Amino acid sequence: MSELLKNILRFVLFIFVQVFILFKIPPLHRFITPYLYYLYILWLPFSMSRAGLMSLAFIFGLTLDYFMHTPGLHAAACVLIAYLRPFVVNMLISQEGADKNYLSPSITSMGWAPYFTYVFVLTLFHHGYLVFLEWMSFGSFLYFIGKVIATTGISMLLILLTELLFFRKEKFRTNTV
Amino acid sequence: MRNVFLFIRKYSNFLFFLLLQITALSFLFRYNKYHEAAFMNVAGEITGSINQRFSKVEYYFRLNKINEQLAAENLQLHQMLKDNYESAGGPNTLVNDTIRTDSGREIKKYVWMGAKVVGSTVSSQVNFLTIHRGALQGVRPNMGVAGPQGIVGQVLNVSDNYASVWTLLNRQFKVVAKLKNGGERGTVEWDGVSPSYVLLKDIPKSAKVKKGDSVVASPTSSMFSGFPLMVGTIEEIVDDKSSNFYTLKVKPSTNFYNVEYVYVIENTQLTEQKRLEDSTRKKFQ
Repeated sequence: MSELLKNILRFVLFIFVQVFILFKIPPLHRFITPYLYYLYILWLPFSMSRAGLMSLAFIFGLTLDYFMHTPGLHAAACVLIAYLRPFVVNMLISQEGADKNYLSPSITSMGWAPYFTYVFVLTLFHHGYLVFLEWMSFGSFLYFIGKVIATTGISMLLILLTELLFFRKEKFRTNTV
Repeated sequence: MRNVFLFIRKYSNFLFFLLLQITALSFLFRYNKYHEAAFMNVAGEITGSINQRFSKVEYYFRLNKINEQLAAENLQLHQMLKDNYESAGGPNTLVNDTIRTDSGREIKKYVWMGAKVVGSTVSSQVNFLTIHRGALQGVRPNMGVAGPQGIVGQVLNVSDNYASVWTLLNRQFKVVAKLKNGGERGTVEWDGVSPSYVLLKDIPKSAKVKKGDSVVASPTSSMFSGFPLMVGTIEEIVDDKSSNFYTLKVKPSTNFYNVEYVYVIENTQLTEQKRLEDSTRKKFQ
């Protein structure tokens, strides 16, 4: 399957899983909202330009927003993590030239610890910004802190499960060919 | 001039990032203020039809519950039939007939329209339902929406065939309700804490409140009919010593997780009432 087709399918699938499964789960507590959809942005290939990443993230976030009746909320958070992604990747990449030899960030291409640090940092930024925007309309500081921590915990758990269930084998490609 | 271009080239990513952020935030904050209808119009049609396809699957599994709800509602309506009430004496008693069949149109104030729920959110702080009935079928913004068990919310936005309804579980939604026993009016709103409770505020402490009392929609909200639609039952009385008002925790009678059919209530005399109220307000300015 070509990379483009794969990403288009993922786009649709992530939105559907988020809207029709995760958002349908009765909330356990007001601090806990299961978010998984932004993993799509973390999985995008290394080779995408930053402008491309951000535009795609904007469209992706806005698609979710149309379902949730919150125009711009998720789009803003997605654009933020798309903007920060290259910085974090550059900081965490362990093997020399891994971003050239592998297609996209994953456990195989980055290693367990760096990959989950990468996921954790971006998750924190995503939720922090998202809850901050919510907090501006209502809520207290306790709400802000509590929701960011609880939601990050749940998201990390979901991402770990997704990574284990759908293990992405990355082929090692040399650019000498 | 050259420096300006160099600056733009150097920081093009950052500037693009700012541009997208500003676009997204302006969508967010302008929507909150003016509820722009144009924004949701086309998108509402698309997300509505996708939602509808998925709800068909869920719908099948909920048939049992829906049946129960409708049977319960039917029972309630049967109880209210005029034929159930009869006093001794028969024909001599005076009966006030309020239904004038020949001129019923003029005095009919509320028109009820059925609609199917095709999409719903419950896990966010601003929760909505999407219903499969829109502007072409007579739904307008600000109409009241009730379910078989009680009130649900209010129409916020309509597209041609779909409408979004904000529910009681939406932090920006407020509705006037009253105690069924005493008639004291207060405002029902949600604090976002637990989806199983909403708050009824501004009930004076002189009112007699008991746990388990019914709270019904007030006709003064001019969205819901005079026929008392349930909001919920009082679950807990929070006695705030510093104020003269109670805050009551109310358990909504509508189950927002499985509501499948709702009624959109049109108040046909609303325009006249609004015109009068507006002109009265103007006199004081």
